[in-house]
Amino acid sequence: MTLSIWRNVRLAVTLFVILGLAYSLVLVGIGQVIFPSQAQGSLIVRHGRIIGSSLIGQNFSGPGYFHGRPSATVNAVTGKPDPYNADNSSGSNLGPTNPALLAEIKGNIAAQRGQVSGPMPGNLVESSASGLDPEITLQAALMQVPAVSRQTGIPEATLRRLVAKEAEGPLLGLYGPWRVNVLELNLALRQIERR
Amino acid sequence: MTFQGLLGDALFLLVLTLAAVPVGRYLYRVFEGQPTFLDRVMGKLEHGIFRLAGIDPEQGMDWRAYAVAFLLSNLVMAVLVYLILMFQQDLPLNPAHLGPVAPTTVFNTVASFITNTNWQVYSPEQTLSDLSEFALEFLQFTTPAAGIVVAIAFVRGFVAGRQDLGNYYRDLVRALTRIFLPITFVAAIVLIALGVPDSLSGPAIAHSITGATQVIARAPVAGFEAIKQLGTNGGGIFNVNSAHPFENPGPLTNLIEEFLMALLPMALVFTFGHYIKNRRQAWIIYGVTMTLFVVLLLIAYSSEAAGNPIVHRLLGVTGPNWEGKETRFGISGSTLFATLTTAFTTGAVNTMHDSLMPLGGFVALFQMMLNTVFGGAGAGLLNILMFVVISVFVTGLMVGRTPELFGKKIEVREVMAATAAMLVHPFIVLGATALALATAAGRAGIFNPAYHGLSEVVYAFASPAANNGSAFAGLGAASPFYAISTGIVMLLGRYISMLLMLYIAGSLLSKKTVPASTGTLRTDTWTFGWIYLGIVLIVGALTFFPVLALGPIAEQLAMLAGKVF
Repeated sequence: MTLSIWRNVRLAVTLFVILGLAYSLVLVGIGQVIFPSQAQGSLIVRHGRIIGSSLIGQNFSGPGYFHGRPSATVNAVTGKPDPYNADNSSGSNLGPTNPALLAEIKGNIAAQRGQVSGPMPGNLVESSASGLDPEITLQAALMQVPAVSRQTGIPEATLRRLVAKEAEGPLLGLYGPWRVNVLELNLALRQIERR
Repeated sequence: MTFQGLLGDALFLLVLTLAAVPVGRYLYRVFEGQPTFLDRVMGKLEHGIFRLAGIDPEQGMDWRAYAVAFLLSNLVMAVLVYLILMFQQDLPLNPAHLGPVAPTTVFNTVASFITNTNWQVYSPEQTLSDLSEFALEFLQFTTPAAGIVVAIAFVRGFVAGRQDLGNYYRDLVRALTRIFLPITFVAAIVLIALGVPDSLSGPAIAHSITGATQVIARAPVAGFEAIKQLGTNGGGIFNVNSAHPFENPGPLTNLIEEFLMALLPMALVFTFGHYIKNRRQAWIIYGVTMTLFVVLLLIAYSSEAAGNPIVHRLLGVTGPNWEGKETRFGISGSTLFATLTTAFTTGAVNTMHDSLMPLGGFVALFQMMLNTVFGGAGAGLLNILMFVVISVFVTGLMVGRTPELFGKKIEVREVMAATAAMLVHPFIVLGATALALATAAGRAGIFNPAYHGLSEVVYAFASPAANNGSAFAGLGAASPFYAISTGIVMLLGRYISMLLMLYIAGSLLSKKTVPASTGTLRTDTWTFGWIYLGIVLIVGALTFFPVLALGPIAEQLAMLAGKVF
């Protein structure tokens, strides 16, 4: 039995070195060499400064920007709401018959009322799973065009073209909705404002 | 539901099946020691592992030796990982300088990862160092491999003329070197190319154009993600698991992850067909299981696509249920993932199950209660065959024939062991739920009110018992009460039934194979297939129906009546 335990210890350590360490470190190495940008988190860098990651949503809720989805992330220390906290991903976990869900959505609707024309799309007032969703549906983006146009003075037609340019369709026409990356859309918006 | 969404689901399931058939044949070749195209490279690694461990892989084992090797290797691996997690603050590879982990969390986490459950009571980006993640990753390799080899050992009990169940260590190392390492390695590189980070640099600090600062947690995600899915593990490297854009950046990675999690459990059904030299039998099991899966998928998809009627009516919001879902997957990509992860008991989530519609949550819960809708790597096939043994016995009683299965007589011993294995699952799920509801510590963890709160508690034991790992995450699962109770449930859920199944295999192995005669009840017919499914459903529904009626079904009715709590 002792012999058998000793052999199992050797097996466990050997396998840990191969599967836990070597596998992981070799992959990290390969990633850094072949796909350095993706491996480091698809960071967007302007003038040597990290602006964000094209995969991670940011909190755009003020005027002059397209708004993203509500985020339920909190500060890890205080537990207070901290939207788009990319160090502590979280959904709301509110169930469908919980009055707190209705209260939350109601608050989100109030925040978006001036931003959206037409019936409120669920995508824009119901919290994402990660709290870091970088995208909104194409429809939710287009419905914000009149308000963003008012706020920025950029003609609606220009904004519509911009949204269309940033829009991504379903994979193979089947998987995922038509959608827009909010951070990239707002970066493009900034570019137009500068000109 | 959209036509596009349904077509996408159908295409996915077709591709999955087309891949599972040859992979099933490949698994048979691997475990029967036939040459494979990876031998030249992996053979050397295999020999090296055995030399370093000092293990003779050629010795055949009876069921007892196989069970002891399985338990002992699991125990030693658990202790190793326990030590790494307990002392992570003093060990290297901790770029975010994370401190010590609470002892109850360490217990729960080790129990969780050694049982292939990957239930997580901690928020990874806030809790675990990179080294700790590598230690868990090591278990993510070895535990599904162990599950698969126990299933293979069980199936060998039916093979005519065999003297032993094989060698546990040889099977384990072959599974790792010929199946898990090569597939995950390729998959991880593809995932990196598609945007999944793989970095040891620690968090990135970003300065947004709005003037805000954003700390972006990073990790060696891609390698973790690949084995997390392929091994039906499910433990995320981020708190929200595959809903996190770094774990699952788009529709294509979503498809790849869905494919990986379903591949091996489905392939094993076909591997089984090769072992008993009856591929028709494998197709019948596949057919009835897939039928059940598709029905449940349609229930989940239609209820999520319909959206929340209360939100529609009271707040004037339109469209499907977006609460707890990510835009890039859409409604169909979210529900397919949720249905797959609970069918194949992976436990990865790309949508927050606590925020699913009542019927969406019902499907997730029901599949973990059945635990046979393909099931996890190895454990799923074992559960299916456990029900096949019981079905053969029941039908034998009905038609008055001697119960025989693939040429082996099924007698009192086997039926008793299979029944005991079957009863463990409802017993620990419902027993632990009752305990939680009866104690203040259990009730204190409930987050959502009324019926949904009950669903949260049942889910918190159905998921660990089925070694799934997904959660109704609102529940305060990190409290000592839940950390300890769910940890125990995971261990009981994994080991009791596996040991009983090995016992059955040992008993079958010692029996002579009797040639099929006109008196034999054939199991490779659709009639038997539907009876099998009926028994799975009757047992599943009868034992769990009361709690399902009080949880998700009551909530659905309340929701349709416009009631909030």
